[in-house]
Amino acid sequence: MPLLEISGLKKSFIAPDGGNHLVVDVPAFSLEEKAQVALSGESGSGKTTFLNLIAGILKPDAGSIRIAGREMSGLAEPERDRLRATTIGYIFQTFNLLQGYTCLENVLLGMSFGPGADRTFAESLLQRVGLGEKLRHYPRQLSTGQQQRVAVARALANRPKLVLADEPTGNLDHRNAREALALIRDACRENGAALLLVSHDREVLAQFENRQDLLKLNRATAQEMTP
Amino acid sequence: MTILLIVRRSLRQHALSTAITALSIALAGGLLMAVWIVKEQSHAAFTGVNAGFDAVLGARGSKLQLVLNTVFHLEESPGNIPWSDYLEIQKNRNVQVAIPIAVGDNYRGYRLVGTTTNLFTDVEYVTGRKYALAQGRAFNQEYREAVVGSFAAQQLGLKYGDTFKPYHGLIYNENDQHAEVYTVVGVMEPSNTPADRVIWIPLAGLQKMSGHMASSADEISGVLIKLKGTNPLIGKNMELMYNKQGNRLTLAWPIATIVAQLFNKIAWFDRVLAMVAYLVAAVATGSILASIYNSMNERRRDIAILRALGARRRVIFCSVVLEAAAIAAIGAVAGFLVYGGITTLAAKIIRAQTGVVIDPLVWHQVMWLAPLAMVGVSALAGIVPAVKAYRTNVAEHLTPVS
Repeated sequence: MPLLEISGLKKSFIAPDGGNHLVVDVPAFSLEEKAQVALSGESGSGKTTFLNLIAGILKPDAGSIRIAGREMSGLAEPERDRLRATTIGYIFQTFNLLQGYTCLENVLLGMSFGPGADRTFAESLLQRVGLGEKLRHYPRQLSTGQQQRVAVARALANRPKLVLADEPTGNLDHRNAREALALIRDACRENGAALLLVSHDREVLAQFENRQDLLKLNRATAQEMTP
Repeated sequence: MTILLIVRRSLRQHALSTAITALSIALAGGLLMAVWIVKEQSHAAFTGVNAGFDAVLGARGSKLQLVLNTVFHLEESPGNIPWSDYLEIQKNRNVQVAIPIAVGDNYRGYRLVGTTTNLFTDVEYVTGRKYALAQGRAFNQEYREAVVGSFAAQQLGLKYGDTFKPYHGLIYNENDQHAEVYTVVGVMEPSNTPADRVIWIPLAGLQKMSGHMASSADEISGVLIKLKGTNPLIGKNMELMYNKQGNRLTLAWPIATIVAQLFNKIAWFDRVLAMVAYLVAAVATGSILASIYNSMNERRRDIAILRALGARRRVIFCSVVLEAAAIAAIGAVAGFLVYGGITTLAAKIIRAQTGVVIDPLVWHQVMWLAPLAMVGVSALAGIVPAVKAYRTNVAEHLTPVS
């Protein structure tokens, strides 16, 4: 059974003109356990909305999202929060680190909403991403590449089955982007997590054997962008 | 634990507004406690002060004025009474001690009170404690000698062997000095009563001071009376005799009840002070609401991140409410410093003006009730921004959105 199984997924927002604007319309998508898939998508392709739906941050208008056998779309919000905290790790383009917290606290805080804070594991994760000497540094004291490493450690802190990465290299220079991508993929492999990464960067996408085009996957934007 | 970490970090991230709002809570809490304690303590202290007497006999007039004049050494005398009245009440079989008091002069604002040495030998100002001398001896009735109360001695710099010339009247006027020279022969130990603010001299000295009317030589301002036993009927009967059957004298009995009348008369002032304190508390609580509410826009990204990490809405809600309560708690703790400052100053002023000592450090239930109420009300005020935080749209605030 696939780790992630999506069918008939739809999400629309109210447009400024008052009309309904369909942003996501994915008839079917699936991801196997421990698989690493890259979705290519330009700006406006609905990729962040797609990931937010999978993460349970947004509730779909229609369709089904099954993660590890659990139907996400049928869950109440607190249960979705719980499922997200225990099963999903999320890496953002802008890292979304909490600026008032140290690197270690950022990782521990992510854990505390899931199975519980495990300082030893949090420290070992930060060691793994090369930040063992900067546990008590604040994000502002780190380079952008280092900040993304903290975000990676945080995403893996709860031993998630699925890691979602939204343009994880979008804010990094070429060298840091390459290193960050390798780190994300290796860390996911080491922790047995599946990876679903969206990016518009061809170089990033080229690293993946398993690639899909979100424009084709998402009928909402496919129709919109077809001349 | 997670909520506590979120609250702690948020307080630190908004350190300036935390400090300012906590300070306003400290001022409000300190003021609230100080108003309450000073009111309670001064009421207890004043009604508890009777200098060891049950009643005061004086000229026809206000009982309160009589008590304030003879026991607290405040206010003017309502008038004089003949010496024969003192002799008569002294012989009353229900009277244990009768001490004559004469007032009318001062030394640099501190009242001279003429009396007899029985004040030092026969009177227990609190059970088991008589007025004692730290230096020297009691005055000799035949000489121009003075025993100075501890506070007056400290303020005037008078010590054993010093001399001074009294001034006429109860209000210090440097152009109205008597010719008589008095020698300090004793300084009293502190008694924490109005006696500490007085310069005691022989009764005759005050009666026959140069410039006083000749008729005052046989008059006194009042008689301090200690009754025999504790049967209230004795005082009741004497009060009936002097106040109802007679029309020349006033017996002020019991002293505590009469002093309580003073507090009843100024109760409106207490209420105004309390109103001000409550208003300050309301404004301070409102400032917590405003400061958190106004910072909510900048907090929304952090809230969205926390939610994306799996924090439930109720965790966010509780952390904001707890933050409001924590600011109030910090302010409430600091409020004790404000309280200490206000009450220490108030105690000094009350002691300087009346000789009555209040102890602001005595524990009173308002000391936990007021801080607890401030924390509780602030937590309630925190609900408003907490609802705003609760409603934060996660997807909208997790930037950037592609």
